[in-house]
Amino acid sequence: MTTSQRMIKNLYRDSVALMQFSEKLRALEGIKQASAVMATENNISLLVEAGLLAAAVPPSPNDLLIVVEASDETTAGSALDSAEAMLKAKSADSGEGGVRRVPPRSIEMGLESMPSANFVLISSPGEYAAAEARKALQLGLHVMMFSDNVSMEEEIPLKQYAREHDLLVMGPDCGTAIINGIPLGFANVVRRGNIGVVAASGTGLQQVTSLIDRFGGGITQAIGTGGHDLKSEVGGITMLQGIEALTKDKATKVILLVSKPPSSDVMNKVLDKARQSKKPVVVEFIGADPAGITGGNIFGVKTLEDAAFASVLISKGKTVKKFSSILPAKYRSLVKPAQKRLKKGQKYIRGLFSGGTFCYETVLLLSESLGKVYSNTPIKKEEKIPNVWESLEHTVIDLGDDLFTQGRPHPMIDFRLRNERIVQEAKDPATAVILLDIVLGFGSNMDPAGELIPAIQQAQKIASKAKRNIVFVGSVCGTESDPQNLSLQESRLQEAGVILTESNAQAARLAAAIVDRS
Amino acid sequence: MVNTLFEQDLQVINVGLSSFAESIQQTGGKSLQLDWRPPAAGNRETGMSLALLVNNERVEAANRMAFERFMSAQPVLTGVGKAVETIPGLGERTLLHAGPPIEWGRMCGPMQGAMIGAILFENWAQDQNSARRLAESGEIKFSPCHHYGAVGPMSGVISPSMPVWVVKNQDRGNFSFSNMNEGLGKVLRFGANDASVIERLKWMASTLGPVMNAAISQLGGIELRPIIAQALHMGDECHNRNAAASSLLFKRIAPALLRTGALQTEMAKVLEFIAGNDHFFLNISMASCKAMLDAAHGVEYSTLVTAMARNGVEFGIRMSGTGDRWFTAPAPMVDGLFFPGYSQADAAPDLGDSAITETAGIGGFAMGAAPAIVQFVGGTPQDAIAYTREMYHITLGVNGGFTLPPLNFDSAPTGIDARKVVDTGIAPVINTGIAHKDAGVGQVGAGITRAPLECFDQAIRILQL
Repeated sequence: MTTSQRMIKNLYRDSVALMQFSEKLRALEGIKQASAVMATENNISLLVEAGLLAAAVPPSPNDLLIVVEASDETTAGSALDSAEAMLKAKSADSGEGGVRRVPPRSIEMGLESMPSANFVLISSPGEYAAAEARKALQLGLHVMMFSDNVSMEEEIPLKQYAREHDLLVMGPDCGTAIINGIPLGFANVVRRGNIGVVAASGTGLQQVTSLIDRFGGGITQAIGTGGHDLKSEVGGITMLQGIEALTKDKATKVILLVSKPPSSDVMNKVLDKARQSKKPVVVEFIGADPAGITGGNIFGVKTLEDAAFASVLISKGKTVKKFSSILPAKYRSLVKPAQKRLKKGQKYIRGLFSGGTFCYETVLLLSESLGKVYSNTPIKKEEKIPNVWESLEHTVIDLGDDLFTQGRPHPMIDFRLRNERIVQEAKDPATAVILLDIVLGFGSNMDPAGELIPAIQQAQKIASKAKRNIVFVGSVCGTESDPQNLSLQESRLQEAGVILTESNAQAARLAAAIVDRS
Repeated sequence: MVNTLFEQDLQVINVGLSSFAESIQQTGGKSLQLDWRPPAAGNRETGMSLALLVNNERVEAANRMAFERFMSAQPVLTGVGKAVETIPGLGERTLLHAGPPIEWGRMCGPMQGAMIGAILFENWAQDQNSARRLAESGEIKFSPCHHYGAVGPMSGVISPSMPVWVVKNQDRGNFSFSNMNEGLGKVLRFGANDASVIERLKWMASTLGPVMNAAISQLGGIELRPIIAQALHMGDECHNRNAAASSLLFKRIAPALLRTGALQTEMAKVLEFIAGNDHFFLNISMASCKAMLDAAHGVEYSTLVTAMARNGVEFGIRMSGTGDRWFTAPAPMVDGLFFPGYSQADAAPDLGDSAITETAGIGGFAMGAAPAIVQFVGGTPQDAIAYTREMYHITLGVNGGFTLPPLNFDSAPTGIDARKVVDTGIAPVINTGIAHKDAGVGQVGAGITRAPLECFDQAIRILQL
């Protein structure tokens, strides 16, 4: 038998509570006697009389004294440890029914209720987003900044800090990501698999991940970088970190990178990092010539669809052949019947887009076969549409442009603006094809088909009064697991007469073929 | 670390659109929606200063040190002395007041009344008018109690001849002081200054002070933390309710007093005086808190708040890492219950140094232990617990020495972290009496108020790493 003691400074419990507590200690295995008291002179002499204290210790009435008599020293030591832990533990809030609680207000306060949080998603107004991201990083948490209007002066130090601490900052202005199978922001429910994606464009990311799902593949992670990441000033910090993480990630067999073509310094950094990866890396620099990128473990591709398809092929161990830019046979057969519905004066495509990258890719592809394509996001300066509210020849409009979203929800959520524009285009006798993107997934409207169909019907009614007919072409970006369900949305749109292709690129090519009657 | 994330369950704290938090949950992830608002009333500069301080190693280390000094403090009541002989540096013609610095012309009614009373008590003037002229003349130095290690409730006026409590922090050897509580009704701290008030003050100086000093000497000093700890178990929060602590002090003092050999009539009067004032312990509680907090003051980079005080016009705070600078905002009104015949229209803004108790983790912070207090704002015992629970979110730690029975004996939330106040927008809660806005009417009610967030915003903006 051995006795041990411990003094806990500045801890007060009343004598009744301490008697109960002493009982608990006596019940511990290997403990013969135990007593916890405030270290007053009186209590100390009682303990000495009881033989639990070999000699009197100086009294310190603010401190709590625990003594135990145990079979051996180890048992005594661990009993004192657990006694101290029990005394210092915060009680479960039993017996406080009806007490009003303050909901968590700050990230740090959030950690009190979710102590193992590892990620912060920020969609506050842009002016406050950088400070919130900074706090998250300093607390050791990864960050996605959905918020836009964050300056590069704010973005760069955040990303540098993140890199130094091996943390991820996706964004600012990162609309989409899928981490550990969980869609974040505007994102689709995509099958898990072995393809890891890093993308600078939100809708680009949605398109490739949805198509990977459609083509039977799956993803490990889909990392968004935000729109500024590949600018020279930022230097692709997040994309480089993403490539590195996916390279280390055992579950990732293929890496897919998506971005508009970065400046040459950043492009070189990204491609160097991709080469170091040794894993196959599919690179879609939208609009850049894939031939200049391909080589070694790197496969350059031209469209988002090709990017998804190549990734799936490689992920299943198949070889990638060169992709054709020609419309596949299954869509070619649709061209003639569509053309037959058009009057002579119906010459132009009117593309009305909710996704920025869908719009951009469409302008690129249409320009190849049709020449001039006017847009609010043109490739050539001289093709900038003079008045965004009025189409001119072939026109492709990004309705997600800041110009249209001031004081109004994004067109993926609120269809009013696009529906009005559909009706407006129908009134124009020169309109042949109205080209659309339909984006499913979390964040988007819960029933895009239901929103669009009345406008499509109204447009056809207006056209038919003028003895015309309008060809609607589009693609639905989504998966079967999305809350809106891909098949359901597609079949309803098809019933309403919309010609659908699997991808945005094919929709553009099909539309181009229809108006190309040379 | 990025790769570690890939191997963990994704657990997301969501700042902003709640639909994002919902979709994470719908797809099997874990998310927590914050009730977020821009910190510092949307001031971006302060917001970024704050962000840089969050979980910063230097600040964390400084706060650990400051908190440790606070917790190690052992305040002991060592005696009562004449202010001018006891408070270091107090000049012959200095009058101390509650709160941050304020000049005569801007003082609220009760404080001006108290100053006139103090001048009369000191015999520096013979009547009200000449006392007022003297105060206006600039011949008298007005200075905050806090600048002299002192604290005083309400007007907090301490004049050179007044008796003051002396509290010593045995751990670091620093001293703090407070005036002695006069009771309720027509009293100096509420601005009353008629003959009865002056007469009482003179008796306190001539008899109460010396007799108490002798009794305390008999006891070799009185450790204050055990009294506060026990009072918290008896329904006090040691700011607006001191009934238990005053009784506990009485129990300690009475036998010692009888051994001092003082005149029996004097002893009887002293004991009657203490027994008749449930707030007798308040000033001792305040000095005790001041001694503990002063020990934690002056730690570079620390965001621990070491003083909250009001002068009836402004509310001011001091922070450990920003030296003796005050951060002030207009004093708020108190939300409370009024005595019969009075209303909010009669109330002075928040007044007094007594918020030092909340700064030290008792008072409003321990309201859960004092459900009787919450009745002042028509609340329930659950509301009292809720106030205390709320304060855990803005404090650096808990005080294991002060436990709260209705909270399952949890330790009181202690050590206000200015960062957390700014980040959460949760303002420290303060229990307090309400003074009449005119001098000399006295207390007209009691209730609850909150420290203005603006003070904490300023402190955080100023702190440079």
